Amino acid sequence: MNFIDPHIHVASRTTDDLAAMARMGCAAVAEPAFWMGYDRSSANSFHDYFRQLTEWEPKRCANFGIAHFAWMGVNAKEAEDVGLAREVIAELPAFLDRPGVLGVGEIGLHKCTKNEVATLESLVDLAVARGEQMLFHTPHLEDKYKGTRMILDLLANQPNVDRSRVCIDHCEEHTIHLALEAGYWAGITLYPTTKATPERTVDMVQRYGPERILVNSSADWGPSNPLAVPDFIFTMRRRGHAPAAVRRIVHDNPLQFMRGSRGFAFTPPDESSDGSSPR
Amino acid sequence: MSALPSAAQTFDREFLTIRARLIDVAATLDRIHRAEGSPEDDPRWPRLRQAMELLAAPAGPWTEPIQMLFSLPYDPDWQGKRGQAPFA
Repeated sequence: MNFIDPHIHVASRTTDDLAAMARMGCAAVAEPAFWMGYDRSSANSFHDYFRQLTEWEPKRCANFGIAHFAWMGVNAKEAEDVGLAREVIAELPAFLDRPGVLGVGEIGLHKCTKNEVATLESLVDLAVARGEQMLFHTPHLEDKYKGTRMILDLLANQPNVDRSRVCIDHCEEHTIHLALEAGYWAGITLYPTTKATPERTVDMVQRYGPERILVNSSADWGPSNPLAVPDFIFTMRRRGHAPAAVRRIVHDNPLQFMRGSRGFAFTPPDESSDGSSPR
Repeated sequence: MSALPSAAQTFDREFLTIRARLIDVAATLDRIHRAEGSPEDDPRWPRLRQAMELLAAPAGPWTEPIQMLFSLPYDPDWQGKRGQAPFA
């Protein structure tokens, strides 16, 4: 079954990972700008990273037949340095206009500080002014519930946000209903120890239905699995869900969400053929 | 959604997994207990005990209450308090 991973940091993954994803049916990925595991020293470092996400990673993925899309933003952790964040935000419009860029993300909160909130408001203002889609990172562990509520509060201050073009990501059992009931997309991240497992994710799909739910690996430089979406597919099938129901979550939903971006141009491969060229 | 297995079928399928995970938790607690010192002054320790009490409740839901136990409190009036601690 073909799938789309709507949140993965392929810049942190090997070519072997890309090959394995392709073999498992990965047709497309979306890569949000994020924290690379260390704080960058200047706006130039961000500039080079944004070039990597819009120039190099699409080529690397294309070698394996995977379409690559990207989100541009200042991540929640580095948002603490408001001065640096402002410099980076000033550069974002040029990258948001590049082909294959889906919008502003991943942005959000980490420790829910005053500085993080200030940077996040600037990023949301930019996205709203430009009519961009948005992808929100919600905090880890004990900060998740509080941070998710605060992000939703900030978005509620913005009357011009089209909620069908916003994803609240890394939802878990205690936050998913907040995103869905407010009309946003809810992303669920499959991680080995934090966030959600495939079993718990299927539980949430069964409880809330398939509408506006995205499932992703968010695979990066830490403990994570680039084949987490195929694991979810296997779990959903093992628990009795029909292929069409599974496909809706891992293929049709991300396609529907990503089609809300003007930078999204993608024709899904025809799964009815073997993919080979006519002779 | 497709037709789902019954509670009995689900329990039958998951029993060994639940058993294994409970034993794993018990073995981890034993490991901590055998080690030198005690974690009882660590604020996470009573929270773990509370989580196990929640798990022992005769009826669910179990997941959300445990998630909330491990969550920081949210102040709905946080925007009105900007400029004050903890936003100072």
